[in-house]
Amino acid sequence: MLLIHCPWCGDRAELEFRHCGEAHLVRPADPAALDDTQWAAYLAFRDNPRGWARERWRHVHGCGRFFNALRHTLTDRFAATYKPGEAWPEPPI
Amino acid sequence: MNGFGAFRLLREALRGQTGWEPQWRSPERPQPTYDVVIIGGGGHGLATAYYLAKQHRVGRIAVLEKGWIGGGNTGRNTTIIRSNYLFPESAALYDHAVQLWEGLSQELNYNVMFSPRGVLMLAHNVHDEQSFRRHVHANRLAGVDNEWLDAEGCRAFCPPLDIHQQRYPVVGGALQRRGGVARHDAVAWGYARAAAALGVDIVQNCEVIGITRGADGAVTALSTSKGEIRTGKIGVVAAGSTSLVMAMAGVRMPLESFPLQALVSEPVKPVFPCVVMSNTVHAYISQSDKGELVIGAGTDQYPSYSQAGGVQILSHTLEAICELFPMFRRMRMLRSWGGIVDTTSDRSPIIGLTPVPGLFVNCGWGTGGFKATPGSGHVFAATIARGEPHPIAAPFSLDRFATGRLIDEAAAAAVAH
Ligand SMILES: Cc1cc2nc3c(=O)[nH]c(=O)nc-3n(C[C@H](O)[C@H](O)[C@H](O)COP(=O)(O)OP(=O)(O)OC[C@H]3O[C@@H](n4cnc5c(N)ncnc54)[C@H](O)[C@@H]3O)c2cc1C
Ligand SMILES: [Zn+2]
Repeated sequence: MLLIHCPWCGDRAELEFRHCGEAHLVRPADPAALDDTQWAAYLAFRDNPRGWARERWRHVHGCGRFFNALRHTLTDRFAATYKPGEAWPEPPI
Repeated sequence: MNGFGAFRLLREALRGQTGWEPQWRSPERPQPTYDVVIIGGGGHGLATAYYLAKQHRVGRIAVLEKGWIGGGNTGRNTTIIRSNYLFPESAALYDHAVQLWEGLSQELNYNVMFSPRGVLMLAHNVHDEQSFRRHVHANRLAGVDNEWLDAEGCRAFCPPLDIHQQRYPVVGGALQRRGGVARHDAVAWGYARAAAALGVDIVQNCEVIGITRGADGAVTALSTSKGEIRTGKIGVVAAGSTSLVMAMAGVRMPLESFPLQALVSEPVKPVFPCVVMSNTVHAYISQSDKGELVIGAGTDQYPSYSQAGGVQILSHTLEAICELFPMFRRMRMLRSWGGIVDTTSDRSPIIGLTPVPGLFVNCGWGTGGFKATPGSGHVFAATIARGEPHPIAAPFSLDRFATGRLIDEAAAAAVAH
């Protein structure tokens, strides 16, 4: 079980959180202007990296708020968690 | 001298089993050129190579495996085989596989220990019952066996099951009698042996690290940890690593890779006659011929390549197993492990062409692709050989995410082992 740092509540057990997918995906402002391939790219196609990943989490069984995280998908180590709207941190080397 | 006849067994018994040779050729280095290269030496990749060599004239074929064959999800899964999926496209694909399973030991002349002992999926509430009855009717229309048992019927079919416990009362179940299990390693080894006998090169410890495309965009070569290989056709069958391999050709995939865990108990005498799954409480169990209870857990909630999942996932499953089968409460678990499964948003696989000429992909089997191994290899081989999707594979194209023709087994079953 992971120990996750909620930017508002501090360190809590993973059980309190819900993973919400890749972060920084911006919903297209005018979906009707997109063709099917572009819409599919937004809906379903993902980076799925082996290494540092930027992802959205939600502290469902705590403050209920969304935040973003930088986590390594081979070690599962978190480098940082940060509030929505904040710039993403650079991955550690 | 590759057989296992009675005389051979006796002779080896008398001389201390010293005369056996490896069952398949595994050249240390690949050739510089192949007509078709399969990336990934799991069951699906090896089956693809076997059917390519057996049924299609495509020239020289190699299977490149970064570790050892069958060391990925093929060797880590709980081996449940069934075909009672909801949608006609899926029922056709998985039942094609079950039909091949039924003759596979004969086909490969290698015992894959396919054991159709019946797969019982438990219903615990009204919603489950309605959904399973719908599956039963849909399957019967599609010519796939699946029948509804009431709670007493479930207990009679699987005596260790406690149908009266308070936490997850059993209201009935859907039983596919042709479903069962097979020996995972034997499947990889059997296909490897049969493919190698037909001239396929199986190269282990050979990781693909790059894919080269020509001026027209088509694949021309690949780089590996054992050198460059020229080829005009590549089949990617890399399960949890598919996104990474496809990225080498510049293709982004609708996949996420998650850890999925399983565990086995210490071996005991035969106590468990069938396979039981419960989607609602997320537990599934069978007993191997060695006597171990084989128990499957769920995926972690976050994508990872760690091949190790959270302990809370295992304990959740074991709690459910102990409720459903109180006789196992004092069993000791021997080992647990994880594999990395590549999941799509509709929980159906992707088999077919890609935007890159010469590049084919077979992936997205997620938590439930072992059961499809022979069928997957068979239709994928035809797809690669002809350069167009085999009719059973056609609905599982990569374009379905753009056309919207999803095959939503995720909504239909929630889990898909
Ligand atoms: C714990 C667990 C339980 C499961 N239970 C069931 C079940 O009960 N029933 C069921 O039907 N399915 C089950 N599954 C799913 C099933 O195991 C998979 O869908 C299936 O085995 C996939 O087969 P494969 O041959 O595609 O993948 P794999 O066996 O994973 O083969 C892919 C291979 O590609 C290789 N590879 C990756 N990248 C590269 C590279 N760059 N170069 C060279 N080689 C590479 C890997 O090393 C690997 O050997 C389970 C999976 C897990 C993890
Ligand atoms: Zn919080």
